[in-house]
Amino acid sequence: MFLKKITTAVAISIAATAAAQAAGHSSCGIDAGRVNIVGNEFPAIQTVGAGAVACANDNVEVKTNLTADHQKINVAGMTSNPAEYTSAIVANSSIVALMNEDVIRPLDDLVAEYGQDLKKNQLITVNGKVMAVAFMANAQHLVYRADVLEEAGVEVPTTYEEMLAGAKKIRDMGILENPLGGSYKAGWNLAQEFNNMYIGHGGEFFKPGSAEVDINNEKGVATLTMLKSLSEYMSPDFLTHDSNATNAEYRAGNVAMMNMWGSRAAGLVTEEGVPQEVVDGFAIAGPMTVAGGDTPATTLWWDGWTVAKNISDEDATATFKALTKAIEPAILDDAEVATQAVWLIDGYEPTEAAKGVFAAAAANSVPYPMVPYQGLLHSALGAELSDFMQGKESAEQALADVEAAYTAAAKEQGFLN
Amino acid sequence: MKHKTFFWFFLPTALAMLLFIAFPIISVVIQSLFTPHEAVLLTVENCGPFGCTTETSIDQEATAALKLAEPLGRFAGLSIYLDRGHLAVNEVAALWSGRESLGGFFDGLKNLPFYRAMYFTLTYTFVVTPLLIVLGFAIAVGVNSLHRHLKGLVIFFSLLPMIVTPLIGSLILFWMIDSRGVLGSAIQFLADDPDLSLKASTALTWITLMVYGVWHSAPFAFVVFYAGLQTLPQDTLESAMIDGASRWQQIRYVVIPHLMPLVTFVALIQLMDNFRVFEPIVGFNAEAHATSLSWIIFNDLGGETRLLSSAAATSVLTIIGVAILLSPVLVRTWRDFNAKT
Repeated sequence: MFLKKITTAVAISIAATAAAQAAGHSSCGIDAGRVNIVGNEFPAIQTVGAGAVACANDNVEVKTNLTADHQKINVAGMTSNPAEYTSAIVANSSIVALMNEDVIRPLDDLVAEYGQDLKKNQLITVNGKVMAVAFMANAQHLVYRADVLEEAGVEVPTTYEEMLAGAKKIRDMGILENPLGGSYKAGWNLAQEFNNMYIGHGGEFFKPGSAEVDINNEKGVATLTMLKSLSEYMSPDFLTHDSNATNAEYRAGNVAMMNMWGSRAAGLVTEEGVPQEVVDGFAIAGPMTVAGGDTPATTLWWDGWTVAKNISDEDATATFKALTKAIEPAILDDAEVATQAVWLIDGYEPTEAAKGVFAAAAANSVPYPMVPYQGLLHSALGAELSDFMQGKESAEQALADVEAAYTAAAKEQGFLN
Repeated sequence: MKHKTFFWFFLPTALAMLLFIAFPIISVVIQSLFTPHEAVLLTVENCGPFGCTTETSIDQEATAALKLAEPLGRFAGLSIYLDRGHLAVNEVAALWSGRESLGGFFDGLKNLPFYRAMYFTLTYTFVVTPLLIVLGFAIAVGVNSLHRHLKGLVIFFSLLPMIVTPLIGSLILFWMIDSRGVLGSAIQFLADDPDLSLKASTALTWITLMVYGVWHSAPFAFVVFYAGLQTLPQDTLESAMIDGASRWQQIRYVVIPHLMPLVTFVALIQLMDNFRVFEPIVGFNAEAHATSLSWIIFNDLGGETRLLSSAAATSVLTIIGVAILLSPVLVRTWRDFNAKT
């Protein structure tokens, strides 16, 4: 009996694989080659990865390695010749590391030959050459609890000052002890919140036309002061909260307002076990401004795929075709896929969950800078700001530390003398 | 053993050590002395879904030519070791000449990544190592005096903390000490302070990490000491008993001297292990409060731009640190060895 079950299961899975391969063979139009994709792991990228894997057939091997640690392995995995990964799924921050190391190839010839269906605004060009194909947009924006705000008589904030006042009111009324949430985990997340707020204050990260950092100024201090004020309305553990932990706080009903990634908003309250009032009160709005500025305190992001430089033309073509197939407009027919992201794909109709990202783009938010040394500053911010957030040093000292840490790293990397 | 026999006997080990220990160390030393080439930058127009912007990019052709000419990069000498991310000689000198008090000087040192990491690493090493030896010894003596039917079960449970993968073990504890977790709530109740959070205060985070360190490593000391106890000379023990030695005196004058070489062994291994403390810092998300040299290496390699030279320099400093830390124990072992022969 047991053996019979196993035999049946094996037979079914073989049949399914064969069917998938047959389907893949017929629709992706790849004759031969090797495809191996490395990338982040959130739902929209899972969809793209699965779409590419469906192109596998007897002559074409398609593998994916989707992990939150993709940035730690993509450069190394694409440096060798031939490269292990034929494609890396990246964002506007992480493509810089690949371009710095010169491991991705221009896609102009492949776009001309096989990419007729791609929209022009999907093509990421650097110095006139297509270096990546974007498939989704992302931004951080306000996520709030409509029921809590209503109970407290707080308007939906459009500025961080209003958010602070609202948080104070909610706490004073005794509705929530720590009404604000935020991914302020020391490291990448905290640095990103600094970037958002600094851009909102109209700050420039570098002296014009150079790699010399310039953040220890009034705007930098104002940025840190605002981050500190906000953190006083957050869970005392905020320095350990990344976006997963912040979302968990929101789901648990402990948070009334937070600045959260659009890509995470759609799935925020669809998980099991979220209290009904959180599900009902879930609402999103555009990003907020700060200090009377016009530019929202957020950054715009795209996610897209690249093709490795150190691979054969056959593999490059196979990779390009498989990934183009994976982001074809037909994937949006699946209602769940359509809500997974703000797709840049032809025929995408914004869903309710996409409102925040669209508002961010409409309000002239700026994209995260694609500068070769931005990543070094991001790391320096992540490592040096936590002392200030704990009240152990002044804002000026923290910013001076960031500048010193960045300068040491930039000298090592040859961006500064 | 004849020299020839010894040579052939030792050859495979020597080759493996050369391949897996010596060569990587040489490679790391070389990498720490070189840095990437100066970047040739050019201004480009980048376009994407959000429009076009003028930004800086790296001139790949010019950089490729530089790389071809000198594949190792620029020779930097010891400059990476001396920069702010490592020994920070200039910063330390400035702190020293500008000091108002010795306390102020040390506070300034703690603001520099290397010294901040050393401060935690050394405190951790010198608190955790003795504690885990004492605890491991106590467990070993306790288990040894149990009834033989109970021993197997107790040994199994005492070993569990060591069997759990460090990262997983620390993650589990991380959630348990959350202010809404089992342990976190219990501590809040005991301290009668509903706002107490182990993760928000540096002192409490350090204590948590050290308690974790002892919890995780004590089983290792226990196993070694327990094995040692099985070789305890019963004659000596019995004559001590006949002489009227109390249980404490038996332990003090018979058991401990017998186990002393093992204490040296455990101390050696654990000093080395604790100096490389890493997993609990990641598992407990404690980088805002505590960093270590290993964590700095991880952080250098995990950023969007990898700092290979910096990570290599920190690795060499870690090796030097371990060597310094182990030197007293090694010297002692060497003396014992000479005394015996």
